[in-house]
Amino acid sequence: MAPLDAPSAGLDLLAEEMAPVPSFSTGRPRRRVRWWRGVVLVVTGAFFLIPIYAGLRFSFQGVNGHYSLSTLQQLPKAQGFTAALWLSTKLAIATVLVAVALMVPTTVYVHLRLPRLRRLMDFITVLPIVIPPIVLIAGVLAVAPLWLKATPYLLSLMYVILAMPFIYRSLDAGLLAIDLKTLSEASRSLGGRWYSTLARVILPNIRPALISAAVLTLAMVFGEYTMASLDLWTTVPVWIVQFNGAANGHIQIAAAMAGLVVTWVVLTVIVSLDRSQRRRARG
Amino acid sequence: MDTLEATAPAPDAPASGAGAVAPGSKRRSWWRRVAPGAAIVPFLLYAALGIGIPTLGVLYFAFRANSGGWTTANVSAVVHGIYLIGFENSIKLALLTSIIPGIFGVFVAYAIHTSRSQWLRRMTATASGVLANFGGVNLTFMFVATLGSTGVLTLWLAAVHVNLTSLGFHLYTFSGVAVVYMYFQVPLMVLVITPALVGLRPSWREAAENMGASSWRYWRHVGVPVLMPSVLGGMLLLFGSAFAAYATAQSLTTGIIALSPIQIGNFINGNVFSNDQNIGYAIAFGMLVILAAVMILYNYVQKRASRWLH
Repeated sequence: MAPLDAPSAGLDLLAEEMAPVPSFSTGRPRRRVRWWRGVVLVVTGAFFLIPIYAGLRFSFQGVNGHYSLSTLQQLPKAQGFTAALWLSTKLAIATVLVAVALMVPTTVYVHLRLPRLRRLMDFITVLPIVIPPIVLIAGVLAVAPLWLKATPYLLSLMYVILAMPFIYRSLDAGLLAIDLKTLSEASRSLGGRWYSTLARVILPNIRPALISAAVLTLAMVFGEYTMASLDLWTTVPVWIVQFNGAANGHIQIAAAMAGLVVTWVVLTVIVSLDRSQRRRARG
Repeated sequence: MDTLEATAPAPDAPASGAGAVAPGSKRRSWWRRVAPGAAIVPFLLYAALGIGIPTLGVLYFAFRANSGGWTTANVSAVVHGIYLIGFENSIKLALLTSIIPGIFGVFVAYAIHTSRSQWLRRMTATASGVLANFGGVNLTFMFVATLGSTGVLTLWLAAVHVNLTSLGFHLYTFSGVAVVYMYFQVPLMVLVITPALVGLRPSWREAAENMGASSWRYWRHVGVPVLMPSVLGGMLLLFGSAFAAYATAQSLTTGIIALSPIQIGNFINGNVFSNDQNIGYAIAFGMLVILAAVMILYNYVQKRASRWLH
């Protein structure tokens, strides 16, 4: 579940998908069912479901072939796993905090006061998609001062950069969907200051966008391998690759599947909650 | 900015600012013009430090000799020998995993778009959003369970006497990386192309049918020309995504495959014995050049795409 592994070209699309924008109505062509549709869907279904089945089977099957929870139970006891999980958790929390503190006020402010700078924001926040993480981390390790390289939180600072595209898209879509100007003017005419307008009026209105941005960021951090491995910190994905235990790789597969399943379930729940909320909002 | 602040005073201007300013004061009016922009300085600074400086660092070291001084030796080294092969392999891999999933993704998206099942459409939209974004290490290990030497699919195929290895497929080499990339490339294409399919208006098809066009002629003269820029745009995104990918390829092949991102990684890890350690930055520079070209092409086809579809 690395950040698309490659430039996170799709994450911002997902962010938009998850953000509360009113979906446009579609003139959907009503076509006869065609044979090729069945073929395409079956092939696609097989390609996407067989690996999931295989991964789950390896996770629940011991080396002796019996099904049990023993592989999953060995996971927390595996050498170094809990340390990696704790490191990933700390990095994820730090990343979300810094990203929210940096991106939310900036995006709201640009929408409210400097709409002409939206194009600049669009441009800057698309850069982490265009520049590969491998190139970014090569540059960072070349120029970062030693004290910064000595701390794992350098990774968090870089993850904020990697998260910018989808956090910005998500907040942008969320802010476009509400009447930001009226809300903030109402708040200010009632005597609210800039801070309380942001915290008590604007943020509650873009909460779904904010939550989906935060969850995408968490998922990205827990799966990021490129930067973590080259900065030599053993986060969960790095641990999975390095772990060299018995059991034919069953433990690593179990860890990988646990990560994938948790991510999928959380993201699916959020996307569907968002949709049902949108439907309710439309009445 | 001046027009804006004429209509509304900046809310974050210091108490002494905005309302209380004497209109003639030169210093204060300068402040009033700049103050609204000051709020995004932290963001600009962060982006400059996190994106700008590292990128400039890569460019700088790409043209620096190990012993100091400027040189073009690094850059000329990476267009020869093993590093050239790295670029060739990366481009081949990216072409393969953008064209095939690109075409396939269009068919999947169209099959789902024209389906009457609301459930299927919604489920695919969610699934492709989720699947497109989560490649990397976890995906690698899921495929080890599927197509590794004791993988589930490997054993199924062996049961019907199909030996993937003898067919030239090896999970831990180029062919394996290509198959694993499809797992996030197809959903990415579905995500990218669905809005274009939505924009393909039924009235165009009805108009074509009213004038006696067959399905083939409709696609030949209307559907394909309208969709083509979006399809090419999607494929360019897929190309960039595959070209830049490191985690999946590295974890699957343990770095033995000659791809540019993996070669950069080997330099950072200190796994390369070379007279000039800065060659890694020259490879990174080369990747940036190729990706910049891809982005320019992408912008061009996007403009063409927006002619018909909004």
